[in-house]
Amino acid sequence: MNALTTEKLTKAYSTKVALHDCTLAIPQGSVVALVGPNGAGKTTLLEIATGLVKATSGGATVLDGLEPGSLAALQRVAFVAQDAPLYQAISVGSLVHLAEALNPIFDRDFAIARLKEVEVPWKRRVGKLSGGQQAQVALTLAMARRPELLVLDEPTSGLDPLARQEFLAHLMNQVATSGMSVIFSSHSLAELERVADYLVLIVSGEIQIASPLEEIVAHHRVVVCAPGDLDGRHEIEVIDRQLDVRFGSHLVRTRNMETLRGLDSHATTLEEIVLGYLRRAQGIRVLEEIGRS
Amino acid sequence: MDIDKDSLPTQQDHPSPISFGLDLRSGVPTYLQLVQQVEAALRLGHLQVGDRLPKVKDVVSSIAINPNTVLKAYRELEIRGITSGRPGVGTFIVVAPPTISTKAFDQLRSELVTGWLRDARGVGLEDDAIVALFHSALSESMYLANSEGSRSESDGDA
Repeated sequence: MNALTTEKLTKAYSTKVALHDCTLAIPQGSVVALVGPNGAGKTTLLEIATGLVKATSGGATVLDGLEPGSLAALQRVAFVAQDAPLYQAISVGSLVHLAEALNPIFDRDFAIARLKEVEVPWKRRVGKLSGGQQAQVALTLAMARRPELLVLDEPTSGLDPLARQEFLAHLMNQVATSGMSVIFSSHSLAELERVADYLVLIVSGEIQIASPLEEIVAHHRVVVCAPGDLDGRHEIEVIDRQLDVRFGSHLVRTRNMETLRGLDSHATTLEEIVLGYLRRAQGIRVLEEIGRS
Repeated sequence: MDIDKDSLPTQQDHPSPISFGLDLRSGVPTYLQLVQQVEAALRLGHLQVGDRLPKVKDVVSSIAINPNTVLKAYRELEIRGITSGRPGVGTFIVVAPPTISTKAFDQLRSELVTGWLRDARGVGLEDDAIVALFHSALSESMYLANSEGSRSESDGDA
């Protein structure tokens, strides 16, 4: 069972290609972190997965074959857009009633209990709540719909560290209880290492990595050596290196550890791996710009 | 059925004696940190045979980590023979982790002092160099152990 499948997905806007040839197969039950620089195409991918935007070419399905945005998909997928947009002028209580009336499935008791637990005042106007409280309200409404797939666009970006921790703890609690899949975009590498078990790294509309976290960490190493020492070794891709040094760190990707025999290499953190890919992408962009000018 | 369920001890009746913490900077995989904390708690006597580990739901709510990470840690503890899971009830400590005997410990230590360390000083290595060499050898031996593990896994794919 897949939570999200895409096949050569491409989305072109009039001035820019937001996604190019993205192919993904994300197993159900995953907690997927979607990372990449601003403008990489993260939001576009999430909007296609929720049916808010149509692909230019290629296809996407959610929860094993459902077309995003179809009635069947809408009932089983919940989405919280960036900055958790909510109706600001009505009270929290009214908002819960509204959500209940608008959704075929809505667990009202859960919503009430959870808002009480995170100490969101029932009668207060939504616009008067703090950013952290608004994020909690948006998450509660989305979770009360009992989705099988929850899609969150930068859910923690406006939260202070404590609110962020509480938000993630509640999210993980729900994942443990219901087994739902989650796809969330984030700029916080420390956060994703903690809560995610699957990573999609996207740069300039193209997917660089899409794997379970453990596999990513297992297949990357930092090798400290002279640049020439890596020549002629098989099944190895150098992702990131310090330029113009006689001896330095190289981030390499390999499935065959044997190829590194005799070199001083060590495992590295997910954060360093992602940074390596981002630096590489930036380097390529700089070279392209120099080439053009 | 209901009576049976009611008679089972619940988490509220007997809260687990330990709670977990995380060191995000240590570089030790999260699941392994949980395993090590259970083992350390056992060695120090904070956990004993018969004690229950916290529910997965409670762990993820307290330290905000992926539930699969907790499940992996609990599975690892079970593989190591330290815990046993009873479906619907919880995960319980069944044996204390094997500790190295004092005799073996003393022997390894004396081999290190009168053997390798003496040789290292003999060729003129200073403390910093000895530590650096030891770390590098340690990481190589871990890496060899890992690559043997990953190779046997990938054999299955092929």
